[in-house]
Amino acid sequence: MMDDSVHSPTRREPPAPTLNVNFTLNQQPVSLDVAPNAVLLDVLREQLGLGGTKKGCDHGQCGACTVHVDGQAMNACLRLAAMCEGQHVTTVEGLSREGELHPVQQSFLACDAFQCGYCTPGQMMSATALLNDPRIGSDDAAVKEAMSGNICRCGAYKNILTAIQQARATLADDAASQAGEETP
Amino acid sequence: MRAFDFSRAESVGNAAQHGNAETAFVAGGTTLLDLVKLDVMRPAAVVDINALPLKAVERLADGRLKIGALVTNTDLAHHPEVKRDYPLLSQALLAGASTQLRNMATTAGNLMQRTRCPYFRDVGSACNKRQPGSGCDARDGINRMHALLGGSADCIAVHPSDMCVALAAIGATLTLEGPSGEREVAFADFHRLPGDTPHLEHDLAADELITALTLDAPLAPAGSHYLKLRDRASYEFALASAAAQLKLDGERITEARLALGGVATKPWRASEAEAALAGQPAVLESFERAAEIALRDAQPRAHNAFKVDLAKQAIVRALRDASRAAQRGTDQDDTGQGRTDTQESQA
Repeated sequence: MMDDSVHSPTRREPPAPTLNVNFTLNQQPVSLDVAPNAVLLDVLREQLGLGGTKKGCDHGQCGACTVHVDGQAMNACLRLAAMCEGQHVTTVEGLSREGELHPVQQSFLACDAFQCGYCTPGQMMSATALLNDPRIGSDDAAVKEAMSGNICRCGAYKNILTAIQQARATLADDAASQAGEETP
Repeated sequence: MRAFDFSRAESVGNAAQHGNAETAFVAGGTTLLDLVKLDVMRPAAVVDINALPLKAVERLADGRLKIGALVTNTDLAHHPEVKRDYPLLSQALLAGASTQLRNMATTAGNLMQRTRCPYFRDVGSACNKRQPGSGCDARDGINRMHALLGGSADCIAVHPSDMCVALAAIGATLTLEGPSGEREVAFADFHRLPGDTPHLEHDLAADELITALTLDAPLAPAGSHYLKLRDRASYEFALASAAAQLKLDGERITEARLALGGVATKPWRASEAEAALAGQPAVLESFERAAEIALRDAQPRAHNAFKVDLAKQAIVRALRDASRAAQRGTDQDDTGQGRTDTQESQA
């Protein structure tokens, strides 16, 4: 518990959570009260206890807070939680399935695609979104362009690119073997 | 972040009723929330307009393309009809911001984008745009990114949009809706020059909403190119950009469209340069002459004189590439920008 005496008398309290918002978070329904000015990033981290989504610049410049909203990569720091009513939100905590890492997570590990790791959740959320988007080309130049909204101050870009292309190959193999199983 | 009330608009009329000087409409939120966090924008209330039925792209009988205000920058850039008939717009959209921001940002929001002038964004600095009458710290400050064209003694802030540069070359009409009904404004008249009122940036009243953007019928057959020069290869604002469209009859230019970004206080149509290109051969000398004319009135400050040459080179290269595209008989550019042109969008 925080000692009230540390609050100066002039300190402005955060606005009361007065708005009810309902959305789907990592495939589970969520209903909670949020402050009208609460951004999705802060609600995920502070109200829902999901610390995987990182706060970097808090202004849409670094990509550390990237999540999927209805399947699209977005900066959670520039989106009001109240705007997510009825939407499907996926965070890095929602990437794995039944205890098994997503191919993008596996390839980030295998390719050593991070150093400090702070930007990694955002990198992986952008990577999974682009691998699902047929409008984005599969060549290295297209991947680099699509990933330019995720900054890595350690400079792990080369291995991040390798990891994404390796995950692309894994996903293609998985899809091919699934198609093979379905064909009698 | 400063506190504000939040509500969701159920209809355009309902949204307009909420509109006043203390209210901000939110669509993508990428400009608004950024600037509220910086305390530059201080709305008492935010109205979410995302539920409004403004997400369609439709071809009109007269050949124009009507784009709903809430179509995202990503969906517009990848829309099959935009890619086919307005590749200049598609290129400009994809040259702007990042994947995440393009997924959030909307057509109307892009039209309403605020300047990136660091003095505007810093509440500790003097800025006539943010606080009328307070002065302009950019004029004698670090003005490397600032405007060469369209500035005034009160403001030299650059209009930051890439999309709007393409629109200046293509030509478009905005549909605005307010309590007294609907009205149309030519894109060229929407954004204002700063003059001595830099805080008045556009022709939209507080109780009006942009509902649609209608592109002029495509200039065809023509070639086009959008070239953006910046400090890094991606995800950066323009130091100078040029949007060019050329219609050729053999080697001769029959019609030219040229607009500039990164160097002007509003999306900048270079009309005199266009006029000088008409009837001329599509060769380097014509392009260089057009570039000289387009920057003739440039007023550089202490740190941005290099942008005069940079903008001229952007113009020459954009015109050259537009001319090559026109000669190929296709309006598609060949830079690709990472797009897969064989795959159509889901937009």
